[in-house]
Amino acid sequence: MVLADLFISTLTQGFLYALLSYGVFITYKILDFPDLTVDGSFPLGAAITGVFLLKGVNPFLVLLISAAFGALAGWMTGFIHVRLGVRDLLAGIITMTALFSINLQIAGSNLAIGRDADTIFTAASTMALLGSMPLMMRKFIVSLVLALLVKLLLDLYLKTKSGLLLRAVGDNSTLVTTLAKDKGTTKILGLVIANALVALCGSVVCQEQRAFSSTMGTGQVVFGLATVIIGTTLFRRFGFVKGTTAVLTGSVFYKICIQIAISLGLPANLLKLAMAVLFLFILILGDRRKDGAENA
Amino acid sequence: MLELKNITKIYNPGQVTEMCLFDKFNLTVDEGQFVSIVGSNGSGKTSLLNIICGSIPIEGGEVLVGSKDIGKMKDFQRYRSIGRVYQNPSVGTCPNLTMLENMSLADNKGKTFGLSFGINRARENFYKEQLSILGLGLENKMDVKLGALSGGQRQAASLIMSTLTPVEFLILDEHTAALDPKTAEIIMDLTERVVKEKNLTAMMVTHNLRYAVEYGNRLIMMDKGGVVMDLSEEEKSALKVQDILDVFTSISIECGN
Repeated sequence: MVLADLFISTLTQGFLYALLSYGVFITYKILDFPDLTVDGSFPLGAAITGVFLLKGVNPFLVLLISAAFGALAGWMTGFIHVRLGVRDLLAGIITMTALFSINLQIAGSNLAIGRDADTIFTAASTMALLGSMPLMMRKFIVSLVLALLVKLLLDLYLKTKSGLLLRAVGDNSTLVTTLAKDKGTTKILGLVIANALVALCGSVVCQEQRAFSSTMGTGQVVFGLATVIIGTTLFRRFGFVKGTTAVLTGSVFYKICIQIAISLGLPANLLKLAMAVLFLFILILGDRRKDGAENA
Repeated sequence: MLELKNITKIYNPGQVTEMCLFDKFNLTVDEGQFVSIVGSNGSGKTSLLNIICGSIPIEGGEVLVGSKDIGKMKDFQRYRSIGRVYQNPSVGTCPNLTMLENMSLADNKGKTFGLSFGINRARENFYKEQLSILGLGLENKMDVKLGALSGGQRQAASLIMSTLTPVEFLILDEHTAALDPKTAEIIMDLTERVVKEKNLTAMMVTHNLRYAVEYGNRLIMMDKGGVVMDLSEEEKSALKVQDILDVFTSISIECGN
């Protein structure tokens, strides 16, 4: 029974963090933009969420507010890169660094959210539907629904004209210019959507943990990149599998790997080291195949 | 009418490597003209096209369309009335998008890229019809990613894409240079047909002197940022490849090439 519980909660983590993976999927895979804003926009979503939940705001509304602030962070990186001409990596670092202070300003300090504040897992509307289940199952169902809902919305968006242009700008930005469209604006739009998703993830995670800590963003870029690369590598041979499905799987797969490592007795202090090593392995495996395909 | 007035173009201004390419350069292209531009490397052919499209900044002068100065417009704004095909076939298409997606993008040029569906299946037959003109069988590859096609096929697709929506100008930057002779021939025939049918003003840079003589109704030879030969349709019709090759060689000898 304990093992089954562990499995359910690991899957839950995978679904929750899939929202972040979608965001990184947009920047890294579609826009070809290494966006480090993520390490700042993830805790930004959490900080906003902590403050608003403590004020008693509807937790579902809080999700949207967090996403809006994440969008703003993405716009900032885009503006710095596109309009001020700063290199993509550095633009992300600047926003990320600024956000560390901003997040602390918003939250005041690390926050703990008491049981009296409602989250999306305990709100009246959730209880009306899933009230008979234990909290763990509710978290599982809500996170699964969220992960699938956002995936569907993103899939639909990528099929629109705007989505098609977004894919084109990462694929061949010169073509976008000859289509009489500003490639810079399109890039900014991509960063806005991506970081809105990342902050949404931060909000959901904060609601799940009932806590905000200023350092919770550390390593989220690495996590996001790893899941995108795992996902797309796993499904490379299956062209019909959508990128979003691949990264959702990647996120779950990654959380399972980490959970196994912890269960085998890996000390918590070594967790980030294990993540880095895992990421390195994925990169080496993923890139080898990529090179092979390019040389063929 | 396209008019370049007193264009000054300096590369690396203020540096040791400063190089003045155009000093008060002037050129007028009338509506409906199909200009072939030849010249040795570094003579300013591609720079000329880039200046018209706004891809590179200029240090002085005006770029006029009709009587309107488009010199202040950003490159992407100018492309509303310009179609362009590049030398590298992979620049004109999106390799990771399918033919249908590429055609849909091109079809939406000048319009809003909003939240309506990106692919309009109702237009698919129109795309197929346009592609079938090429005779390369591309109309049967609607769901194939462009990256999986050969350079010639991609270049053919990018020519169709660049003129799918109404444009005034067609800019061709050595667009047959990377193709095998047979495909290059097909692309050139198609280019001529498209320019005539759509009544476009076209400027084609080429290193193929035969194409320069055979196609178009005006021929310009450039050297060191200036026009050294400018032939009208009548003068051009009497011209043989050998004639311009002679001029070309004499210029090259002066340069020590």
